[in-house]
Amino acid sequence: MRGYAGKFLEVDLSRERVKDVKFEEDILRQYIGGRGLATKILWDRLGDHWEKVDPLGPENILLLLTGPLTGFFPGAKLCVSGKSPQSNGIVGSTVAGEFPVELKCAGYDGLIVTGKAPNPVYIFVTDNRAEIRDASHIWGKEAKETLKILTEEGRRELAERNPEYGEWKEPAAVYVGPAGENGTRVSAVTAKWTHGAGYGGYGGVMGSKNLKAVIAKGTGPLPEVEDIERVSTLIDEISRICYGSDDFRRWGTGAAGYDVGARLSSEPVRNWQDEWHDEKSFGVDKFEEKVWIKRYWGDFGCPTTCLKIAMPRAGPFKGAITDNPDYENQAYVGTNLGVFTPEENVYLMALLDDLGLCGIQGGNVLGFAGELYQRGILTKEDLDGIEPKWGDTEAFASLARMVARREGVGDVLAEGTYRAALKIGELKKMDLLPYAVVEKGMAIGAHGIRSEQDYTTEGGLMSYACSVQAGDHTSIAYLPLTHGNSELNIILHDSGVYCWFNIFDDEALALIWDFFEAVTGWRIGPKEWYETTARRILHLQRAALLLGGPDHRWDPKIHDDNPPRFYEPLPSGPYAGKTTDRAKFEKYRSEYYEAVGWDEHGIPKSEELKRLGLEEVSKKLRSTI
Amino acid sequence: MLVPGAEVPHFCSQCHDYPCVESCPVEALSVSKETEAVLVDKEKCTACGQCIDACPGRIPHLHPTENYALICDLCAGDPQCVKVCSEGKWNALWIAGKSDSHSYKLYAKRPEEVTRELVIGLYGEKGKEMI
Repeated sequence: MRGYAGKFLEVDLSRERVKDVKFEEDILRQYIGGRGLATKILWDRLGDHWEKVDPLGPENILLLLTGPLTGFFPGAKLCVSGKSPQSNGIVGSTVAGEFPVELKCAGYDGLIVTGKAPNPVYIFVTDNRAEIRDASHIWGKEAKETLKILTEEGRRELAERNPEYGEWKEPAAVYVGPAGENGTRVSAVTAKWTHGAGYGGYGGVMGSKNLKAVIAKGTGPLPEVEDIERVSTLIDEISRICYGSDDFRRWGTGAAGYDVGARLSSEPVRNWQDEWHDEKSFGVDKFEEKVWIKRYWGDFGCPTTCLKIAMPRAGPFKGAITDNPDYENQAYVGTNLGVFTPEENVYLMALLDDLGLCGIQGGNVLGFAGELYQRGILTKEDLDGIEPKWGDTEAFASLARMVARREGVGDVLAEGTYRAALKIGELKKMDLLPYAVVEKGMAIGAHGIRSEQDYTTEGGLMSYACSVQAGDHTSIAYLPLTHGNSELNIILHDSGVYCWFNIFDDEALALIWDFFEAVTGWRIGPKEWYETTARRILHLQRAALLLGGPDHRWDPKIHDDNPPRFYEPLPSGPYAGKTTDRAKFEKYRSEYYEAVGWDEHGIPKSEELKRLGLEEVSKKLRSTI
Repeated sequence: MLVPGAEVPHFCSQCHDYPCVESCPVEALSVSKETEAVLVDKEKCTACGQCIDACPGRIPHLHPTENYALICDLCAGDPQCVKVCSEGKWNALWIAGKSDSHSYKLYAKRPEEVTRELVIGLYGEKGKEMI
């Protein structure tokens, strides 16, 4: 098999054992890697009792997977998956960095982590071997300290093992902060201080297994490919296209913090009570001038380098470091909390990074708490003395620390917005779901639909409601299914495991089948992909999402919908008064169900599942829901 | 990347006095007449590692599976790293003419040293906590 290292590392933390696992070529061709293969592994091992598996229990499986194109297609990513403690389904959540490349160079396509370690541990992967090591000295440490210790330890160990080799480039790491260790549902699996696989909540899964980090160092080359000359040419072609994206290279998504609010009216402002603002203090020019200390920051092999490093050089927030922040974090940890200056935004995001909280999920739950405080539903006493007024950076920072440590009210908020809304609602005897801007237990990405100006509405209003990754704004339901924004294309990228941002351009997307063929030797092509392979993965994810459990299950008749807030009129801005047209939404939803082969209630049709060889999934769905 | 943000390639700085070449016990290292870069004779090299210890920046390293040392040979005068950096318009690397009036040895530093300088330059006081 070309493009693959050829084996996966299975780590049983309960029994402290590691072994190699291999998959047949036909399985890999059908499920590729990353998100697709994660879906297959999870179904095979947990599918028959999916609804009973606790995502934060030892039975869940944590997957850290690369794909065949990882390390070849410009912009390497790692796909993190498992049963999601947010949606109770399967989410393929990606994080950038060198880790997946080191892993492949060490001879592994990914890690399958099962069980739960009796004490905190980390896994050290080197060429064709791995060991489980004590992590008690880094347990409880925040991101920067964790990475510092792991880097030192890793290099020292490598130098001791091979004293003649010379200087070692440090191992790459993925790790969790305190928020993950404490099993919150709003935490990310993180890398390089600031990158996170946030959607899905796998930081909590990793923490629930007592797994603090995985570090990897490979000295081997990347796996052999089918046609090295062609791969090399394609890398150049994709890079050339990326080099041409001047705005994106200059600003990354960092221009959107002002733009999406002011121009498109689809940015969360004060827990989505509004989606418009015209705060020029939040313009990208201010980020550029005031906080960006490194203008181009990229991970391995990235021709775009859309990331920037941000740090206020003076003033009360001096020394807080994060990347950009990118748009999602400008929105969720900025405007959504009533924060409209780069310095405060950087300060809060750097804190969330350090704690291991996902900016989107964490920002959403902080905003939710802010609105409950605004409405007098949660009082200063309920909030352990904290008064989260909009724009009060320190108050939100205190709340974030409590969430990460599960202290006081933070323990409830650590369950994520949806579960917190139910819990607090029960205590207060009120329906709080109208203030929870979530989709099937997951915070919705910072691209609203009410103004109908953003990309999340160009392919229909069912973008979140029908996505198999629920609130994930990078994996939305979209018609036509072959469009670059459609979930079926995202499944391709998340399974080949490379960065979507380097294939935004249609010209780049058109080269993807050639790229797959040059690396793997398989001519997948659009027909096979959109009609068969992608559908199989989509249906499996959908089935897992509908089976859900054990705490919540989603009934598509009720839950394949937008959050209540999306039906309130926009209060201000150029689209004031506009809201989501329910009839129009329902029409799109029906069209989407029809297009992907789901019945009128959104359940994958038996004949469709049969066509794809998924009869047992059909049986399971019919017997359980 | 000992510290995120301070990623930098660990390059040979083309010392004027070639301590690596001097240190080689088997005369496997030589200086290219065309480029003045160090060349490794893979056949002669025994991978003893003495060139690494002799280098003020510990820049050479051993091939992970074969039996010889790796030292930058400037891609026979057409360094590919420079090419890709300028294609991408970062222009962090460029080809400079070599002059006898400078000691390039100043730039032969260990990665920790390079990182320390970079990190303090980038993050200021905050940088001191990171290394």
